[in-house]
Amino acid sequence: MSVRILVGTTGRILRQLRHDPRTIAMMLVVPVVLLTLIYFMYEADERVFDRIALIMLGIFPFIIMFLVTSIAMLRERTSGTLERLFTTPVAKADLLFGYGIAFGLVAAVQAAVASGVAFWLYDLDTAGGIGLVVLIAVTNALLGVALGLLFSAFARTEFQAVQFMPVVAIPQILLCGLFVPREQMAGWLEAISNVLPLSYAVEALGEVGANAEPTGTMWRDVAVVAGVVVIALGLGAATLRRRTP
Amino acid sequence: MVNAVEVDGLHVERGKKEVLHGISAQIPAGSVTGLLGPSGSGKTTLMRAIVGVQVVRSGRVTVLGEPAGSVSLRRKIGYVTQSPSVYPDLTVAENVGYFGNLYGCSRANAVETIRDVGLAEQAGQLVGSLSGGWHSRASLACALVSRPELLVLDEPTVGQDPVLRDELWSRFAQLAAEGTTLLVSSHVMDEANRCDRLILIREGAIVADDTPAAVKAAVGTDDLDEAFLRLVTAAEVA
Repeated sequence: MSVRILVGTTGRILRQLRHDPRTIAMMLVVPVVLLTLIYFMYEADERVFDRIALIMLGIFPFIIMFLVTSIAMLRERTSGTLERLFTTPVAKADLLFGYGIAFGLVAAVQAAVASGVAFWLYDLDTAGGIGLVVLIAVTNALLGVALGLLFSAFARTEFQAVQFMPVVAIPQILLCGLFVPREQMAGWLEAISNVLPLSYAVEALGEVGANAEPTGTMWRDVAVVAGVVVIALGLGAATLRRRTP
Repeated sequence: MVNAVEVDGLHVERGKKEVLHGISAQIPAGSVTGLLGPSGSGKTTLMRAIVGVQVVRSGRVTVLGEPAGSVSLRRKIGYVTQSPSVYPDLTVAENVGYFGNLYGCSRANAVETIRDVGLAEQAGQLVGSLSGGWHSRASLACALVSRPELLVLDEPTVGQDPVLRDELWSRFAQLAAEGTTLLVSSHVMDEANRCDRLILIREGAIVADDTPAAVKAAVGTDDLDEAFLRLVTAAEVA
């Protein structure tokens, strides 16, 4: 792994994105539009809005970055650029961290915009600060990037890659405590929910909602999500082979 | 003459089928070697084995004195795949700059390489918006930018107009004269005449490995197309 190659690769991925202004606009605007919908849906009940909007600020970056990364990596695999890169001095870590850093930066901008709108335009009310919300959102975005890199290995076409989104994301959204509090679920559902990383991200956001200062539970939850990111990146590295049949 | 590449008893399977049946060949340093054969004959597989991205069953491939795929070789070889493997959503300059950066090449180096392949005017255009011929020249520039000792080019002249093809072959000869070793696959026979050596393969086996003149002499014809047809037919009969 080399700093020059890592910086070059991160810059290359960001430059690809820069040539696609429509994608950038959608990344920034779509979360805001959805928050607006939620705002008017719960206009009558501010407390419900506070809870749901806060969770959504964590879920949007996860879904969007999972989609963007799995397609981007699939393109590298199918267009031949990955094969070519593997005849050059690029290390697997340069590529994986290049994607992580590039999309992590984009996610930070996305989370800042969405959180800014939620807090200042729609008066989202949390006990903790906006900085912690953005931190958790970016951690979730990195979770999406890492899982996207991993699952792109199991798709041969972009059609297949898109289908992994409901497989990976929707069960986590259903079981994360947004619809039914996790402790009220059937035991086996709660057990599944306990091993899904998004459950921890949502719990961490709940902690920010309820406490003025960051709590131990929140830091533990963030650490769990970060740990899953590292594991998924490691598994993703194992799916990148220099030599293929 | 020193060999840049030595292939010895190379067996490769893709899927359940063996596609290279114990190939042995040498590629002399500082020369242009043409790799010729019908579609599906194993040209690309052999090239992939030489650049070290192909899983091989048995046999030895030595490149510039080291086993193919060695870490130190990654700075010394350039590989252009058959379909142009560059980023369509980057400009020509950004593509060449990125691949140059992987080897620590300067910006000036990238600019010069883009000019060398005749894309100076298109440098600021997105590769995806270029015509097929320009697209593959952009891909070639990404391999040339690091000034590799060994260049492996899989059908680089497909889709190029005759003028450009001629320019590219002159450029290949010039690179070889400067000491670069080139392995170029093609199925256009008039291009084969411009190689220093030819390796003809068919169904994963070598049917001829010699200079173009010797290949023609061996079957008693002046026409390389005819020579190739006769060699392939002879191999079928045998």
